[in-house]
Amino acid sequence: MSGENILQVTNVCKTFGGIQALLNVTFAVQRGEVFGIMGPNGSGKTTLINCITGFTKMDSGKVLYKGKEISHKPPHQIANLGVTRTFQIMRPYYSLPTYKNLVIPLFSPRARRTGGWRGGGKLGDRETVSIDILEEIGFERDSFVPYKLASALPTGYLKRLELARCLALRPDVILCDEVFSGLSMSEIASMVPLIEKLQMDGITLIMVEHRLRELFRVASRVMVLNFGQKLTEGIPEKVMQDERVREAYLGSEKASDYI
Amino acid sequence: MDIQERRKERLDRGIKVRTEGIYAVSSWQEVTYLVLPRLILIVGLLLLPLLIPSLYWKRVVSIAGIYGLLALGFDFLAHFVGLVSLGGAFFIGVGGYTAAILDKSLGLSPAFTIPMAAVGGAFVCTLLLFPALPLRGVYFAIVTLMYPLALMRIIEALNIFGGTDGILGVSSFPNRWIEQYCIIFTVIFALFGLRRLVNEDIGLVFRGVKDNDQAVRASGLSITFYKAIAVFIASGLGCLGGAYLSHIYMWSGISQFALDFSVIPIAATVIGGGGTLVGPVLGCFFLVPISEWLREFGTLRIVFYSVILMAFIMFRSEGIMVYAQRKYHQFERWVKV
Repeated sequence: MSGENILQVTNVCKTFGGIQALLNVTFAVQRGEVFGIMGPNGSGKTTLINCITGFTKMDSGKVLYKGKEISHKPPHQIANLGVTRTFQIMRPYYSLPTYKNLVIPLFSPRARRTGGWRGGGKLGDRETVSIDILEEIGFERDSFVPYKLASALPTGYLKRLELARCLALRPDVILCDEVFSGLSMSEIASMVPLIEKLQMDGITLIMVEHRLRELFRVASRVMVLNFGQKLTEGIPEKVMQDERVREAYLGSEKASDYI
Repeated sequence: MDIQERRKERLDRGIKVRTEGIYAVSSWQEVTYLVLPRLILIVGLLLLPLLIPSLYWKRVVSIAGIYGLLALGFDFLAHFVGLVSLGGAFFIGVGGYTAAILDKSLGLSPAFTIPMAAVGGAFVCTLLLFPALPLRGVYFAIVTLMYPLALMRIIEALNIFGGTDGILGVSSFPNRWIEQYCIIFTVIFALFGLRRLVNEDIGLVFRGVKDNDQAVRASGLSITFYKAIAVFIASGLGCLGGAYLSHIYMWSGISQFALDFSVIPIAATVIGGGGTLVGPVLGCFFLVPISEWLREFGTLRIVFYSVILMAFIMFRSEGIMVYAQRKYHQFERWVKV
């Protein structure tokens, strides 16, 4: 890793009415690393991703991407700069066949810059490119699956389709919002190598995750959020030994609390 | 006693499956299967002016063509972009006035004013609707409904563009044949053009906006921009119809903002089958003549009209075209569950 910060998040705050969803969250992600964000339910993980990718307007704070400020930009501009995201509740185009789903991100200015007006340039038109991407992410090209309507796909494939939509933009950063949630153990087992492969391709990953065992397998550093505030940050083993993290996840083990 | 449960099974016809590939050209049967429905539509529309003798009914065909353009625009916006637009009257009015003003001030012939009014009017409509584009569903519909009402009153109150008299003496078409075929060719081109557009890559983006606009934003595309393009296309069709209307009546006035232009395309879409693009056009060529024919019944006209509409909505709510396409492409049979 070069050690250069690709994403620098400084003092992000967000309130929804009277609820402080995020309070002065600050962290930095280095190019090429897998950075985990964990925390109990309602701790502000998804809000943080929404703020970084522009889907929610942050109240204050700053997000620097490759040294340039991207806070307060609309989401499509941020995506075009190479910061893409997946949705926790999958958002495919249900009425379109799976491979046509990817034509839409391939139509974006960022994908067009590399692929040309007709799509993939030398690689073929957009539909060919989208089948290639789907194959890379685990859809069998010769099976019926990529040609089915997205509404007919099971959760495991929809989560992959979310990742595929990011990949179609040839991203530098992918923010994954719980890609393992709702999957069976065998589906998770087949997803982990995919994540590792993305990292090997030089993509920086920020993963919001509840499946800690799998997260710790791929993430080099994790950050813990609780009630919108950052508790701690560091390598997974250290973080899990932190007393405050245990308290946030499991409740206090101090005897005085039980009386 | 056991209850027999049955369900209707639908299977694609073999010929439908075969003609989906490139092998469709390998036999006359398959080529005919593909071409015949389209050919019937095109030839049927082209023959209409020749088959209809009376001048009155020829005019009805022209009006049905204008409604057809509006219905195409409505169906495109509603079923492929997710914007429910009641702006038919708005588009017709803007197009009509633009053509009339161009005609009176610059003295151009319809060959120039109609295309100019279509593009210019579409610009005006898109610009005026731009602030409403982030809205969805019924909210967008309300904004599109307010514009024609407001513009009508503004023209009346400020007494501009001829006020309540309208703009008189707009030049007409050289003869009836040009007048008729002008609108029929436009409808055919608009219909097949839109059908192609929604299956192109940009059409997929439009359908994506309808399906899941947040995912389109995450894909790096501005939804407002693509909605604006879609509104431009639909309002262009409407303005073209309006400009044509001004030229056939040789007059442009505030009655071009009448709500008929907003409502009948929706009724036609319901009757014809939404999301098929062909359906709404056929619906217009069915509804408009019926509405004219019912004039003989005087005030009872609206009653008959409502009964026909209600019968369609209750017994064939999917629409003529959806039903016809299903019968054409699929077998149906009852099977035991």
